[in-house]
Amino acid sequence: MERSDNKKSLLERMGESQVWKSIIRSGVPRTRRQRMHAILGSVFLHLHPARLPKHAVKVGYTWCMGGLSFFLFVNLTITGILLMFYYRPTVEYAFTDIIDLAEQVPLGIMRELHRWAAHAMVLIVWLHMVRVFMTGSYKPPREFNWGVGVLLMTLTLLLSFTGYLLPWDQLAIWAVTVGSNMARATPFLGHEGPGAALLAIGDINLIHVGSDVRFALLGGRFVGEATLLRFYVLHCIGIPFIAMIFMAVHFWRIRKDGGISGPL
Amino acid sequence: MSEEKQAPRAAVGTTTPQDPIQRRGFFRWLALGWLTFAAATGGFFTVIIRFLYPNVLFEPPQTFKIGFPDEFSPNSVDTRFKKKFNAWVVRDDESIFALSTTCTHLGCTPNWLLTENKFKCPCHGSGFRITGINFEGPAPRPLERFKIGLSDDGQILVDKTKSYKWEKGEWENKDSFLKV
Repeated sequence: MERSDNKKSLLERMGESQVWKSIIRSGVPRTRRQRMHAILGSVFLHLHPARLPKHAVKVGYTWCMGGLSFFLFVNLTITGILLMFYYRPTVEYAFTDIIDLAEQVPLGIMRELHRWAAHAMVLIVWLHMVRVFMTGSYKPPREFNWGVGVLLMTLTLLLSFTGYLLPWDQLAIWAVTVGSNMARATPFLGHEGPGAALLAIGDINLIHVGSDVRFALLGGRFVGEATLLRFYVLHCIGIPFIAMIFMAVHFWRIRKDGGISGPL
Repeated sequence: MSEEKQAPRAAVGTTTPQDPIQRRGFFRWLALGWLTFAAATGGFFTVIIRFLYPNVLFEPPQTFKIGFPDEFSPNSVDTRFKKKFNAWVVRDDESIFALSTTCTHLGCTPNWLLTENKFKCPCHGSGFRITGINFEGPAPRPLERFKIGLSDDGQILVDKTKSYKWEKGEWENKDSFLKV
């Protein structure tokens, strides 16, 4: 039986208003089917399953490591954007800007939050991998998502590595010098790597210290001003952008492959 | 189910079908949850907004000394302080005053043209006399003057936090010029 307009509650009227319908895309959900549509109709909510099995919220099984990794990523994004307001990636300013971030910028803890969240993220991503391995969650049909996860872990380590250079102190410069020396040994593409000598035209080596993959990474023959800018761009834009694409796939596939945790 | 194994009635998450969530307990937890969430969100945005206001500025000070009065020759414009402090120091027959370098049309910075004896704005062609009075182009009013005075050591002190507008008759104010 239909009620007249003035008998309807505030909630009902809100649910039938154009503003509500344009945002939520459906009226007030009443049946299970309508509730599911409300979830599926929202770009944010649809990433999450419309219904959760009871065992999915058992912390003892998942350790909540995937969720914590994402939480830390969001944390790092927010604190990172805030740090970008004060940090300049140049040889002249980088080191003193880091000092200033601790000493005169409001809430000097912001850089520490970023730093500790970064350390925690590396740790927790590893623990996430351990959990997935121990529970056998890499097995078909989840093997593709395991592969995506391995890429995400590599991207986490690369984010950590590129962020390492930005304080531009002695530790940063020499750590990245040592770390990027590994690229010298890349097969074919590193000038000290196996097969690099084969890439030659007559006497002319195509792969040398000024043309190999390490040169492209550093933007020069040694860790210098170009490297600082390059690592800054990779750290703030390049790698997070790629990681976000893979994260979207990762979260989506969890659901498509049979949901979080539990046997299939 | 034995009595001692029964979960507390108000606890959420430990309920079983035999022990449904009590309405009052549920709302109590819900309110607590939302209050905590609101507090955390409020704190978060407070912190972020505070972070946007730096404690230290890398800008030239608003108040600065420019030297002794006899360093400025009569009927001349001193452009030394233009780039750093955005001020011209002008000395006419009887006084020294500091003119703002901000054009009153749209805020560009005019140039002092010595040969034509005028300030000329490159953006839209506004022209100002050495006194700061506008006479050509779209500028609607004269350049503003900054507060000027003598400090304890005899040097001239310019204070940009206070400015004086001709059209309000403020150039009569004795802080807007320095008698020499």
